[in-house]
Formats: sequence, structure tokens, C-alpha cells
Amino acid sequence: MTRLFLLHTLFLTPVLAHAMGEMSGSVSLEQLAFNQNASASQSEGYASVALKPEIYVDWDGGDQSFTFVPFYRYDEGDSQRTHFDIRELTWQKVSQKWELRIGFRQVFWGVTESAHMVDIINQTDLVENPDGEDKLGQPMINMAWIEDWGTLDFFLLTGFRERTFPGSQGRLRTPFPVDEDLATYQSGAEEKRVDWAVRYSRSLGPMDFGFSHFQGTSREPLLRPQQFGGETVLSPFYPVIDQSGLDLQATLGGWLLKYESIYRQDFGDRDYLSLAGGFEYTFGNLGGRGTDVGVLTEYLYDQRSEQATTPLEDDIFIGTRIAFNDPQSTEILAGFAWDLDDEGNFISVEAERRIGNAWKLSLELRNFSNTQPRDPLYVFRNDDHLRLELARYF
Amino acid sequence: MKLIWIFTVVFASSGLMATNPVDVKRGIEIAREADARDDGFADNQASLQMILKNRQGHTSTRLLRNRSLEVSNDGDKLLVLFDQPRDVKGTAFLVFSHGTGPDDQWLYLPALKRVKRIASNNKSGPFMGSEFAYEDLASQELDKYDYRFIGEETLDGTPTFVIERIPHDPKSGYARQVVWYDQAEYRLQKIDFYDRKNDKLKTLVYSGYQQYLGKYWRANRMFMQNHQTGKSTELLFEDYSFQTGLTERDFDRNSLKRAR
Repeated sequence: MTRLFLLHTLFLTPVLAHAMGEMSGSVSLEQLAFNQNASASQSEGYASVALKPEIYVDWDGGDQSFTFVPFYRYDEGDSQRTHFDIRELTWQKVSQKWELRIGFRQVFWGVTESAHMVDIINQTDLVENPDGEDKLGQPMINMAWIEDWGTLDFFLLTGFRERTFPGSQGRLRTPFPVDEDLATYQSGAEEKRVDWAVRYSRSLGPMDFGFSHFQGTSREPLLRPQQFGGETVLSPFYPVIDQSGLDLQATLGGWLLKYESIYRQDFGDRDYLSLAGGFEYTFGNLGGRGTDVGVLTEYLYDQRSEQATTPLEDDIFIGTRIAFNDPQSTEILAGFAWDLDDEGNFISVEAERRIGNAWKLSLELRNFSNTQPRDPLYVFRNDDHLRLELARYF
Repeated sequence: MKLIWIFTVVFASSGLMATNPVDVKRGIEIAREADARDDGFADNQASLQMILKNRQGHTSTRLLRNRSLEVSNDGDKLLVLFDQPRDVKGTAFLVFSHGTGPDDQWLYLPALKRVKRIASNNKSGPFMGSEFAYEDLASQELDKYDYRFIGEETLDGTPTFVIERIPHDPKSGYARQVVWYDQAEYRLQKIDFYDRKNDKLKTLVYSGYQQYLGKYWRANRMFMQNHQTGKSTELLFEDYSFQTGLTERDFDRNSLKRAR
């Protein structure tokens, strides 16, 4: 059934686009390569292909629009990574004082670079990339009031999406694989629970800030070991939480000062505060050659300390962003996170460059070293990897 | 108090050393007249092609659309939408320019659905790999420069006024600019840009002027030649429209995410 729907979606997309509006999107080939053997019997290389078309049409002088973005990835090595999602399927109506959006959408909140803790509307499509920046489409009704005193967004989140996890054949996973089919919920309504969130945001002089509150099923599950079919697996448990968030940025000349924090209740044994804050400074147009070099430093803290479910609980992140501002838009983002408690560290390098007018080559290198058993990153100790992606945009 | 007075004298004289006050006055008058002739445009929109050419003659093309809104008593608001190359389609750039003080700038990154406030001190950097710096494309507010009249000159058969302008912003990539306005309509014809070492860096030539609503002149073509690198960038404008009814709401952070 799913497959039939999928085929229809992928083949009907161009037909629909032709009939209704404009189509764009990308198709990409990805190779993931590991230089160490896995803890279990997984592979050292994974090839996959992904398709992400987008149909957009507007009418009513641009005040109403419809957007459809399906997504599909086929992965030859990890059956769990072969997946389909509706990233967006949204109708939007815009007026002078408000905007109404109904359907599957993606919403991002926050300002820091090393962690996105305030960002909570969408579930993480973790199987795509362990950095958690890929998100599943979230069904919602979102009303935004736009006034001189700021923007007030109200979200009714009509249905829950479970987090995706690598399968037993996949890499970058926990030693015991997560079995998504064993997911349990605190709410009796399970994935049908309607969650809500509210956010107030404003730009005032050099400050941009937002206050938010979310009440509903946690996007992050608690993972519990369980015997299933004679094997040990982890089963996700999704509690109902309250989470208040604050994010702010001050833009002062070349300096960006960033801060975000959350207070999360009813997740696990204790309520807790976590925060990330730091600065970014950009040396623009170095030597008159057009290259921008940004340096950024952020400190991350989680009140749960060693009980934290995030690896960045008392860590310093140092990074650099280099934009060559050439016709190929070559960019490099490199970062280093260092755990102040147990000295485990994590290196990430991302680079991208356009080829011709419609292709882009991206490279991602991630290295985990010196991680201690109590560090959540310990499970990735043999998972240093290189990810190469070639995408064609249309 | 005396210290402030001394500072004022030192600063004022450093920018306009050995400058005849009559030339300063004339320079300001020409710049002000050119600015006044564009008053009341309310808003405009256009599509543009940006053609980058390197020293070997290889070209690459970008397609953009821009929208601007006139703001009384402050700098204009500008929204730039990227259509091509395809990998940056949907990216949008919003600028609130200010007569004095730094501009406010936001960038929307569609892949992450993220609106980022970005630093605005990097005026001298290239826009999208082109020979246009951000400051070349930003709204040309009167208060951003000191002016001096240089003379009159015939440029390709057109009588022009030539003035020099010196940017106030220490972050500007230019020591000075020499600007040619035609005498009939006070339209920009040519600008020579001098780098911080006062070497000639670039020349921008405007051509194909068309008049809209019987008042507002816009060039169809802007050609920027970099003398130091041999690279050039050509901007070709299409579909100019004025007073289309854009409002502040078309230039806010919400609109940045959905602008098409």
C-alpha cells in the first residue's frame, strides 16, 4: 500500500507540477564510508540515492499557496534507512495581520550552531544523519499573528511522528539496535495525541529573540533495553513533557552573540535546564580576496550532567566557517567539540562546492575520539566516517 | 568640551582636506538632486540576470528577483530572491538599510527552514561570487557619503557632472568613488571605485535607461569591470514595475520564509 502510494507520488509529481505550478527539487547520490570495523557485523560502505521534488503553486495574488515536498531514500545497506516521508504538504493563507498554515510542515527555531535544543516542532529524521538536522514533516495547524509588537505563533500539532533509527545492518547506531515497532507512549492516545506549542518572537534593534512553550509528546524518546525474539533491543518510550525555550541573538557589527536554553519537565527522572551560548565573529573579505572567515565558540551545559541524554552536557565547541564567495560558492564548516568532564572529543568537517550550474558536491567528515563509556558518543567510537554526496538540482 | 571641538575639526578636515567648500556644496547638491528625482517611487520589483565572467572568459549565470520598498525618514527595505543556480533556489536576503548606522540583514536558508540574522559589517565582500560588493547593491542613502564636485565632462556625447564621494563607513572597501551623472536627468552613468590603497579597483557603467511612471529612471544594464582581476559581472534587468502595492509585511521575517 505504502509502495503503491509512493510510486504514485513520485510519478504523478511532474504531471501535477505541469498542471498546477512550478516544480523544482533534487536527486542525490550518497556514499558513506567507514574506516573501522563496526562493533557488530555491519558494512564499511553504504551507497544510497535520494529524491526530493517540490511542487509549488500560488494564487489569490500570491496570498494563498500550496507546497508539496515528498522525500524518498533508497539505501542498499540499511533497510531502515530506505524510507519515504512527506516533508511538506501545506496550504497557506497570508493576510496583512496573520498567516494560516495547515498541513505537513517544517519549522525551525533557534540561533546556536552546535546544538538546536529550542527547536522542537519536528521529529528528527535521525536515520538521515546523526547531526539531527534532517526533520520529518509534522502535521499541524499553525496560526501566526503579526503585529508591531512581534509575531505570535500558535501551533496545534495534530499527530505524532516517531523518530527514525538506523536498523541492525546500519552504522552510527547504538550497540543494541532500536526497534521502532516496540515504541510505547505515556499518553493513552499514543501517536494520535494532539500537542500544542506557542512562540513569541521579535526583532528589536540589534536583538532577535523568541520565547516558546511546548506541551506534548517528547520528540526525543527514552530508550529502554528489552528482550525481543531472543535478542536484546532498545524500545523507545515517548513521555509527555513540558518544555519552555528561550533563544536570542545580538548582532553587533561583526559580532553575533547567541544564547538558547530550555527547561524540560517530566522527561525521565528529573526536570532540567540546558543551555548553549557563545559568539561568532566574521572576518569579512580577507585581504580583499572575497573570502569570509568566521570563528565561533559555544559552551553547552545540561543540568543532568552525566545522566544527560545528549553528549554535549558540559562541552566547549569551537568552529570555523569559511566562505570563499567564488562563483562555485565553495564553503567549509569545521568544528570541534570537547567534553570538559571526560575529555572525549568530536570533530566535524563539512565542505561543499557547486559544479557547473546544477550540480553540487558535498563532503562530510566526522571523527569521534577518546570517548569514555559513560559518554553518549561512546557508541560511535568505531564509527568515524566520510560522507560524499553528489546532488543534481532541477 | 574643548576636546570635542578639536576632534570635530580633526575629523572634518581629514575627510575633506584641501577641499573648496563651494565644491562640497555643489557635490551635495548634485547628489541630493539625483536622490530627490527618485523620491516617491513607493516600491518596485524587477527580475535580473547576473552574468559572471572570469579572466578566461568563462561565464556563469544567476537569476534573481528584487523588491524594494521606500521608507520615509530611513533607508529603503530590500528583498532579494534567488532562483538560479538551482541549489540556492528559495534562498532570500532581506536588508533594512539605514541612513546612518549599520544595516540590518537577514538570510533565509530553505534547506534548514532557518532565518539567520547576519552581520552587516561585511560590506566590501562579493555578492554571490560577483564583482558587486554588498555595498554596491545596497540602497544608496545620501548620508552614507561626503561629496565633492569635480567638474563637468562629456561622456560618450552626454554632458555629465562628475563628483567624488567618500564613504563614511570605515568598513567600506573603498577610499573613494568617482561618479558621473548626466546633466539632463541626474542619472548614474558611471562609477569608478578606488580601493583602500586608493588604486582604481572597478568601473561600473549604466546603460539602457528607461523611464517608468513618467518619472523614475532605471538602467536595464549595469556592467562592472574589475581592473585588478580582469573579472567582470553584468546585470540585466527585466520586468521592472513600480507602485505594485508592496507593504512592510512583504519585507518582514515571516515573508522571508515564504517569498516566491
